[in-house]
Amino acid sequence: MSALHLAILMPFIFAFFVPIFYKSLRKIHTGWIVLFIPVILFIYFIQFIPTLLQGKEIVRSLPWIPSLNVDFTARLDGLGILFALLITGIGSLVVLYSIYYLNKDKEQLNTFYMYLLLFMGAMLGVVLSDNLIVLYTFWELTSFSSFLLIGYWYEREKSRYGALKSMLITVFGGLCLLGGILILYVIAGTFSIQELMTQVNVIVNHDLFVFAMVLLLLGAFTKSAQFPFYIWLPDAMEAPTPVSAYLHSATMVKAGIYLVARMTPIFAFDSSGLWVWLIGGIGIFTLFWGSFNAVKQTDLKAILAFSTVSQLGLILSLFGVGAAAIHYDIDENIYTVAIIAAIFHLINHATFKGSLFMVAGIVDHETGTRDIRKLGGLMNFLPITFTVALIGTLSMAGIPPFNGFLSKEMFFTGMIRVLQLDIFNMETLGVLFPVLAWVGSVFTFIYSMIFVWKTFGGSFQPEKMEKKPHEPPIGMLIPPVVLGSLVVIFGLFPNALLGGLIESVAYSVLPKFKYEVHISHWHGFGPELYMTIGVIVIGFALYQSQGKWKKIYDLFPKKLTLNKLYDSFIPSLETGSNLVIRSHMTGYLRSYLAYIFIFFIGFLGFTMWSMNAFVLNTSKVGEISIYEIVLSLLIVIGCITIVFAKSRLTSIIALGAVGYTVSLLFVVFRAPDLALTQLVIETISVALFLLAFYHLPKKFRHPETRRFKLNNALIAIGVGLVVTLLAISSYSTKLFDSISQYYVDNTYDPAGGENMVNVILVDFRGFDTLFEISVLAIAGLGIYGLIKLRLARRSEK
Amino acid sequence: MKPNDVILQSVTKVAVVIIFTFSIYLFMNGHHNPGGGFIGGLSTAAAVVLLYLAFDIEKVRENIRIDFKKLAALGVLIAVCTGLGGVLFGEEFLTQAFGYKELPIFGKTELTSALIFDTGVALAVIGTAVNIILSISEDR
Repeated sequence: MSALHLAILMPFIFAFFVPIFYKSLRKIHTGWIVLFIPVILFIYFIQFIPTLLQGKEIVRSLPWIPSLNVDFTARLDGLGILFALLITGIGSLVVLYSIYYLNKDKEQLNTFYMYLLLFMGAMLGVVLSDNLIVLYTFWELTSFSSFLLIGYWYEREKSRYGALKSMLITVFGGLCLLGGILILYVIAGTFSIQELMTQVNVIVNHDLFVFAMVLLLLGAFTKSAQFPFYIWLPDAMEAPTPVSAYLHSATMVKAGIYLVARMTPIFAFDSSGLWVWLIGGIGIFTLFWGSFNAVKQTDLKAILAFSTVSQLGLILSLFGVGAAAIHYDIDENIYTVAIIAAIFHLINHATFKGSLFMVAGIVDHETGTRDIRKLGGLMNFLPITFTVALIGTLSMAGIPPFNGFLSKEMFFTGMIRVLQLDIFNMETLGVLFPVLAWVGSVFTFIYSMIFVWKTFGGSFQPEKMEKKPHEPPIGMLIPPVVLGSLVVIFGLFPNALLGGLIESVAYSVLPKFKYEVHISHWHGFGPELYMTIGVIVIGFALYQSQGKWKKIYDLFPKKLTLNKLYDSFIPSLETGSNLVIRSHMTGYLRSYLAYIFIFFIGFLGFTMWSMNAFVLNTSKVGEISIYEIVLSLLIVIGCITIVFAKSRLTSIIALGAVGYTVSLLFVVFRAPDLALTQLVIETISVALFLLAFYHLPKKFRHPETRRFKLNNALIAIGVGLVVTLLAISSYSTKLFDSISQYYVDNTYDPAGGENMVNVILVDFRGFDTLFEISVLAIAGLGIYGLIKLRLARRSEK
Repeated sequence: MKPNDVILQSVTKVAVVIIFTFSIYLFMNGHHNPGGGFIGGLSTAAAVVLLYLAFDIEKVRENIRIDFKKLAALGVLIAVCTGLGGVLFGEEFLTQAFGYKELPIFGKTELTSALIFDTGVALAVIGTAVNIILSISEDR
């Protein structure tokens, strides 16, 4: 086990000790101890950057299930280190923030930090695993720990609802992902991403390729809250704010983006363009839809949730468009800018969205509400928080000089260049990309303004707030301030600080290309600049005139929203399965018997019919004697009497008659042992039947009529017919000679007997006899037990 | 309580002896003629049942002090032990052996381990059959 493996597993190992620290060190907030883990990991990961900038990568392998090709291979390349730094860096800040956010006397801190560490380790595992099965394992662990964290305040109904919803949707996607992974294994015979990349041509041309791709994308889209799976994210806002800031803005929701980026070198070679269209198209629509819906929200965290959905769509659409680069010349490729923009925006989004969530948490903490209708005028009470919020929202809206402006400009560049794509039918619908991008950006501008001005601007309404607001403790301010200053610093010096890292990440997303990251604030008068000016002007105008156009949200019928669909889908699934079960699980034995017999007729009949197995061959049939005819007639008469007799007693006597006739048939067919046994057994069983008849309640002894049911008659006739045909056919096609000659030859000499039946019973095949007498003994004891041990009746007395 | 059934009881006394003899005959002859443990056991059980019919259950129980549940278990045990006997001599489970011996009264007689196995079968059958009939008839 290398140090890299240890780094991934460290949060898991430490999670075991969290409850111990919690119980033994009650005076210290558990978060202080947990804080060491992400900080140490962050420092550990940052020392790899110089190595990675030289274009090297670090691969460490650890056998896990070698026989199934599953090895825990940790691979650290540009993409991996970027995510590892995000996870550990923002993880450290979130833990610090949570120390002040969660009260150590009121909350169950041991579970909180255990879940958080589980999540952190799982997320590190997802981004650093090279083996897809290991990746999937960690992937499900993130779903699982996210479920636990959303439901942290489990006594609240909304928390449980949100947790269940996110669990159902992300696990659905996770299972799709597993399907995709398995199909990839079927195609290429390996779980290793590195090895898959060497077999791109085989994979892309395989028939199952599209299935693998769609299943994999379902996994990525559910995790990254893309349309139409985004609905779990707004409900996951019931989690404590540090969790929302960490999981639902910076890390977990980016796992899907990570997966898309990681799989781009394999899937982007697809010549049908499905990859570009699916990711680009769904991403850009999610961008528009998320920002459109964010505007009507009144809850601070709900605005941020829809904003996250929209920004994730932005990043994904850039990855989709960037994948088109593969189909053009290596040199002077104009589409690689989309990849660079995606990576840059990924970093930016983590910084500003993390800080904004923390701001929302502070506001909630200090005023007791997150409803923007109750908030207002907090500027003077929370100056530092206001500054951070302003920086974060301006960056989110794409205003210079913050980093969001830079990545949004690059985003527009990428989207405009879609128009020049001459493949995948982009010339027809491709125009939607820049249009949706621009409209989405306008709405982004509006909700950013709403977020900051409705909270901090306007008039102060102290009567609506539970507490008198004032600045939170310093520890709660440090993390958002750090993130806020990163927004400014990255915005001012993007090339010096991030250039090398972005190049190395871009190289691991799309290898073979040359990247020269040159991010500049001023790149002349281009369409991008006009678009940004348009966003600001129109956005500002729309923000001012909100009251007039907000009615368009009422136009959309509430019944058709995706949440309503989900909410009605789950109960209808329950009632549906209830109906299905009730429709056939009647509780009547006769129904189940009917199913069994119908299946028997259908299955056997169909098999014989499809195999052409009905044969009639009379050459082996023996001669029929007069005794056999008479006895058979007797049996038939007996059977008819049994079925049609009005009294049960008649049926019992007729049954006995049939039994004795069978015994006579044994005599005719020369089976004396069978005849003797049949005679005695028939006597006993008829006696037992009579006994049962005697104890019947009076009204059941002589039922007036027996009702005729056509269904039953048809089933009975069918079974009889199938069995008869089966018997005739199997007799007609006897393939081998009987082995009975062996018994004839060996009964006397080695076995020492003359009665062959008995010799077979006790010598040749005594094993069967042994268990038959065991069956008898068990039956006897069972009857004894049934009669003697009547606990129910005894307790009544 | 019971009507006077002297005739039934007298006939039973004679018949039981005949049925016992017949069933022992069936049982012993099983290896060479129709019969064997199963049918022998059943007819013995029939004799016991006849005794129960003719006399009182209590009376029969006083004279035949056998717990038929244990008898059935004993039968299964004997059958298993016969099988294990073969294992003791290094053969496979349930390997039967036989040989001919000069006996004082019967003369040259075939002795076979299959007979012991059959005894197990017979005891299990007797025990089960009588057990079932007794438990049902005692039920109130």
